Amino acid sequence: MNVTQTLDTKGLSCPMPIVKTKKAMDTLASGDILEVLATDKGAVNDLSAWSKSSGHKLLEHKEEDGVFKFYIQKG
Amino acid sequence: MIKALSAKEVAKRVVDGNMFILDVRNEGDYKDWKIEGKGIKTINRPYFDLIDGVEDVLEDLPKEEVLVVCAKEGSSVMVAEMLDEAGIKDVYYLEGGMKSWSEYLMPVKLGDLKDGGSIYQFNRIGKGCLSYLVESNGEAAIIDSARTIEAYEDFASENNLEIKHMIDTHLHADHISGGRKLAEKTGATYWLPPKDAEEVTFSFAELEEGKDITIGNTKIEIQPLYTPGHTIGSTSMIVDGQFLLSGDILFVDSIGRPDLAGSAEDWVSDLRDSLYNKYNTLSKDLVVLPAHFGKISELDEKGAVSAPLGDLFEKNEGLNIKSEDEFRRAVTENLPPQPNAYQEIRQTNMGKIDPTTDEQREMEIGPNRCAITE
Repeated sequence: MNVTQTLDTKGLSCPMPIVKTKKAMDTLASGDILEVLATDKGAVNDLSAWSKSSGHKLLEHKEEDGVFKFYIQKG
Repeated sequence: MIKALSAKEVAKRVVDGNMFILDVRNEGDYKDWKIEGKGIKTINRPYFDLIDGVEDVLEDLPKEEVLVVCAKEGSSVMVAEMLDEAGIKDVYYLEGGMKSWSEYLMPVKLGDLKDGGSIYQFNRIGKGCLSYLVESNGEAAIIDSARTIEAYEDFASENNLEIKHMIDTHLHADHISGGRKLAEKTGATYWLPPKDAEEVTFSFAELEEGKDITIGNTKIEIQPLYTPGHTIGSTSMIVDGQFLLSGDILFVDSIGRPDLAGSAEDWVSDLRDSLYNKYNTLSKDLVVLPAHFGKISELDEKGAVSAPLGDLFEKNEGLNIKSEDEFRRAVTENLPPQPNAYQEIRQTNMGKIDPTTDEQREMEIGPNRCAITE
């Protein structure tokens, strides 16, 4: 996967992972892929709901050693 | 300045007040489970739609007194601050979010017992779980205890009660029982129906028909009544000849589902026999005290949930299904989704796994869903 930018939100709790993801996404161009790292469990639900409501595409998400990784393509 | 509102204060509003709630969790969580009540008005707008500004939602909100609610607290504080800046008067956020709402227990006195004792319902209003405390002469028994045992410990110490018995009517699938933990802490006896306890990893007293339990020096009897169906061990109890503690067999608005331990088809006829035959022989004046409520409308003006058995035989649809076939369909088909993490909850209650407090909290989030209808 061609990741355009990586955003590290590890250690941050809701709402910060989404606030930061939104800001980072605003700087990207349509089709770009943002990788988001998070440790807040709530981010799993919220990032998928947010991606849907804001027209982006959550391509994949996985968990590695307690860190959630999300790949979101800008719509 | 925004202010925190505790789950206890919100519970008061749910029972006999009013409140406008802006729930900022995402739509799926809101649809699944939210704060409801007669005087409660609630709308949903995910916090992530409000990051750039709250202008859009202002027209849907009153000019003063808004409670912002989210899962844990963080996003509700963010949105509450934005509403405050936008000029709304008295903006609150729910302290600890829906997590603390899910855990709050509201004690309500149900009545006096013939020999001077009394019985209380502890309403876990955010999850629909009901537990009970029976006290007499300085001794107490707690039935279907919630995981958050501090509420009972505080109550016992405020009222100088020694907790002697912790009783579970069955192996719960919707919430983690605090029964064993509080029994260990206080030296109380932990009672569980033996048929639900075949795989448990701890020792317990067998809750069985005929083995009455006495609390205090006076005669308060808890009479186990074996009523299988929700689980194979489900046991009901009659307290003081007045109250029928039905566990998850019979609710005010519905009846128990037989599928949470994985044996729906096998237990249908047990469930029908317990409800239609065993319960039918009991006094119709008994006040039914279930282990759950389904809808907030079941709460009376004090916030308690109860109904005379006779009324339920007239009005509860689950007690009025004429044919066995139809009953079988009602309790096995088109059931609501199962409670969150119900298999892990059963494993925890059997002592097979030992999740951390955070994990336990997470496992219990959401509605109880122990009835056949929502």
